[in-house]
Parts: sequence; structure tokens; C-alpha cells
Amino acid sequence: MNDLTLVRKNLFRKPMRTTLLLISIFVAFLVFAVMLSFNHSISNFATLPTRMVTLSKINFTESLPIAHYDRISRMEGVAVATHLNWFGGYYQDPVKGFLPVFAVDPQSYFKVYAEDLQIPAVERDAFFKDRTAMLVAEPVAKRFGWHVGQRIPLNSNIFSQADGGHTWAFTLVGVIPTPPGSSQTGSVLIHYDYFNDTITFGRDRVGWVPFLTTSAGLNDRVAQAIDARFANSADETSTQDEATFNKGFAAQLGDIALVITLVVGSAFAAILLIVGTTMALAVRERTREVGVMKTLGFSSGRVLRLVLGESLLLAFLGAALGVGAAAIFLPVMAQASGGQMPPINLPPSVAAWSAAVALALGLVTGAAPAIAAYRMRIVDAFGRR
Amino acid sequence: MTDLIRLVDVEKSYVRGKERIVIFDKLNLHFEQGDFVAIMGPSGSGKTTLLNLLGGTDRPDKGAIEFEGQRIDNLGDGKLTAWRSANVGFIFQFYNLMPILNAAQNVELPLLLTRLSPAKRRENVATALKIVGLEDRARHRPRELSGGQQQRVAIARAIVSDPKLLLCDEPTGDLDRATADEILSTLQVLNRELGKTIVMVTHDAEAAKFASRVLHLDKGHFDERELAA
Repeated sequence: MNDLTLVRKNLFRKPMRTTLLLISIFVAFLVFAVMLSFNHSISNFATLPTRMVTLSKINFTESLPIAHYDRISRMEGVAVATHLNWFGGYYQDPVKGFLPVFAVDPQSYFKVYAEDLQIPAVERDAFFKDRTAMLVAEPVAKRFGWHVGQRIPLNSNIFSQADGGHTWAFTLVGVIPTPPGSSQTGSVLIHYDYFNDTITFGRDRVGWVPFLTTSAGLNDRVAQAIDARFANSADETSTQDEATFNKGFAAQLGDIALVITLVVGSAFAAILLIVGTTMALAVRERTREVGVMKTLGFSSGRVLRLVLGESLLLAFLGAALGVGAAAIFLPVMAQASGGQMPPINLPPSVAAWSAAVALALGLVTGAAPAIAAYRMRIVDAFGRR
Repeated sequence: MTDLIRLVDVEKSYVRGKERIVIFDKLNLHFEQGDFVAIMGPSGSGKTTLLNLLGGTDRPDKGAIEFEGQRIDNLGDGKLTAWRSANVGFIFQFYNLMPILNAAQNVELPLLLTRLSPAKRRENVATALKIVGLEDRARHRPRELSGGQQQRVAIARAIVSDPKLLLCDEPTGDLDRATADEILSTLQVLNRELGKTIVMVTHDAEAAKFASRVLHLDKGHFDERELAA
């Protein structure tokens, strides 16, 4: 037997009470780890230091004239530029079949995102050659069971064709592997030219213009030059680095950080009160036992550590269960989204944050009863003088 | 015989509400090594306060308490706690065993404060349980034991670290006569064969007969003739 035995036995002296406390802590840490991991995955796409993005100054959904792309491509410090349009695509069902379809200029797109487009040359060339060709990220192909060579009808909930239809047919010519952090996660790529020729409005406009600078040291100067070039025009621009752009893109899903703060903050505040009150009650029930331990020679400091040990063990057990469950649940959740969500795994930083929060939770909830036990006089513990 | 513990001009009082209650006023008392003393007296006479002072769980307002010639009343909290764990065993009326621990673990509790190896601790626990005749109940939790058996576990816990002084607060107050006599016989054995000095507070005149001398306490004062005897 040692102090840990005492801590463990004291914690589980009322198994039902401890189990209920563990469940509440487990749920809080499950939510915490899932939300933090989700936020981490959508804000941590691999970025290149030289990759920047120009978009409308108004916001992300406003388009720019394609002439902007031509001018940006020729600007000093810009190595290569490309452009993308949001197609508003879905396959069969607008909700269940939602797809992030981008109309791109194939050749320049493959130059700007070369590191994330490692596909066989034959597939790449097939995409370059055929205006109706389409490339999809691997999880998307798996989700719908698509195979190369298949003709696939995609719908747009924004654009229409001259005949009033919203459906375009594409030939799948290749599949893009998407390791964690890939910028192509969930992507479906189609030809801008085909898209631009067949839509009935918004022609000759682009959504945003990613480009590579010749040196990361020039980024600020290039960004200022581009935005200055289009200042006071009908389509003013905002040029930013890729990480900032990705964060803005992720923010379209909502202010994840605020949601996390509110949800997790509320959960932990409730748990703090529940566990704190229960721990205080549990130690108060054992007043006489604390008195006996002190009588036997346990120092006040050691009694304090034993009580704190209980609340810490409780917090870490609940946290470990919650984070463990999140680690299992996250990949399943990402898989179930069929590629709409990036691959989500529990990053080490989330595990570290969970450990830090568990430590704080254990210390805060155990502090009051531990100090009470520390201060308790033996004669008072026995209720007599 | 030499003095084991000695109280010199001890004063102790408590404040209850606006009233100051004097328990001891210039109390002088000593217990010799190997004594088995029963202290009797009505409720409120100061018996338990005396035990608290002797055991270092409370401090006198004035005066001195010496153990083997060394003052203990002026030790710091940490040193006093260490002194208590090394020199004093406590036996309570209601046993005060830890319900979450079995008999052996309850007995082992004071040994967690020592530097003994787990193997040596187990050996000492087995010896203590054997002395009180409970070696076959080592794995039983307190709720699985009778009152008498629980008190014997408490005695084993009190003697496992081999203290010189045993302080017993109504050790048979919650037991039937036959069981009480068994417990008192055990204490007598500890006193006679292992040389433990025992100070026992009791209301029970039958229990007091097991002691080698009886002191009567009333309103903080001992009978001078008994003290002189």
C-alpha cells in the first residue's frame, strides 16, 4: 500500500458518485478535444511561405474581373499566378452530396499548388487536354464510389446553363491523394474555360487569385503593390498570405474559436461547480478520518496532497477517457463526411492542452477541500475539546 | 521506574461563546515507564483533554509537557507530528478504522510514515495482527468484522510502529462485557509482556480494574492521595 492506494480507494469509496463525476468530466473533455482538433485541422493546411492570395476587398464571396489575374501575373515579384471560382457544386443531393468544386486554370493551378498535386503524368495530361475533365480528391472518389473514366453529372446551386439546366457532365480523369494538411482535401477541380463558356452570368470573373512570389521576403511589398494597383477601382483587392486566407475561409463555417470558448467554457464552468462541490462534500464526510490520519502522524501537508491527489486523479481519468474517445471518434467523423471534412486526427497539441486543463481542473476543484483538510485541527475533527 | 511522560504546571482552558472554561490549572502529573493507568471521572472533567495533551494533539496554554525528559509542547507542528507517529499509539472508543481499507491495510497505515520496505511493513503488520489474534482476518474490511474485532484491529494499528505510549479513550465503551474483557486483557498483555505504558480513560469501573492504578479526575483536579500512592 502507498499514498496512491489511499487516493484511489478514497476516490472510489462511492462508486456511483465517482462514476457520475467521471462521466461529466469525460463528456466535457470529449467535446473539448473534438472541437479543438476540428479547429486545428481546418486552420492548419500546409502552406507555402511564398504563396499568397488576392481576393475582393469586400469579402471572399465577391468575384474579381479576370483581367485582375492577368495584371497580377505580370506584376514584379509574382512568379506564377492562377485563379479559382467557387462552383457551388453538389452530386445528386444538394445537402448530402455537397462538394467543394473549383473551376481552375489547369496549367497555372498545377504550378501554384505543385506540391499537393502529385498525380501520375497521364492523369495530369488528361486533365489538361479535356475541357470536361475533372480531378477529385481521393476521399471524394471513395465516398461516391467513382472511378477514373466515369462520366459524372455535377449540379450547381449558383450557376445555370443557357438551357436553364444546372447540371454539367464531367469525365473523371484522375484522383488526387490528400495526405493530412493537403490543400486539396475534399477538392473537385474542373476547367475554368468550360465553366466560363457555359454559365449564363458572372462570365470572365474569378473568385480569387492565388500566386507564388519570387521570394517570401517580397510578400509584403508585392501585396501592397497589388492592392495599390487596384485601389479606387470598381474591384478593389485584399492580398494576404495563404495562412490568413485559410483562416478566413475556415471562418465561413462560423467563428470556431468563439464557439469552442463558449461551449467548452460553459461545460467546464458547470463541471468546476459540480466536482468542486462534490469533492468538498466528500472530504467533509471524512472529517473524522482526516482527524485519525493526523493523529496517526500524517502531516497536514501530506493530507493536503492526498486530497488534491483525489481531485487530480478524477480530472485526469475523465480527461484521458474523453480525449481517448475523441481520438477514436475524430477519424470516424471525418470518414463519415466523405471527404467534405479534412482528415481529422487528435494532434499532440490538443492532448497537451487537455492535460493542462485537467491539471487546472484538478487543482481548482481540490483546492478548497484540500486546504480545509490541511487546516483541520485534530481536536476539531473529533468534535470535542 | 523512570518517568516516561511528565506534565509540569500545565494550564489549559477553552473559550466557549463568551465564557472561558478552565480545564486544568497548574496540573502536575507524571506517568512512569511501564505504567498502566486508568483515569476515571465524570463527563467534562478533562479526561479527553488530558489524553490530547499527552498525545500531542493539543497544546497547553502554559506549563510544560516532557517525554523522556524532552519538552514536546514547544515542538513545531511538523516535529510534534513526527514525535507522535514514533512514540504514541491511539485507541479510540469507536475504533476509527478506515472503511475503505481492509484490516491489514488499516494496521499498515502508520507504517506509511516510516522508511520501512513494503516487505518489512507486511511483516510488522502480520506480527501486530497475530498479537491481537486476528491474523485470519487480515483481508476483511471493518464492516465485515465485529465490534471487538474492529477494536483489536485498532489496537494492532496502535502498536504496529512499536510506540512506547498507548493512549486509550474509552476503548471498551462500545463493547459488551465479555468482548470488553478480551480487549482489556489484550491491553494488559501489551503492558506486562511488551512493556507498553498505557493511559486509559474510562467510565467503566470494571475496565479500570485491569489497570495497575486508577486516578480519579474531577473538574481538572486529581485526587492527591492517588497521585501520591
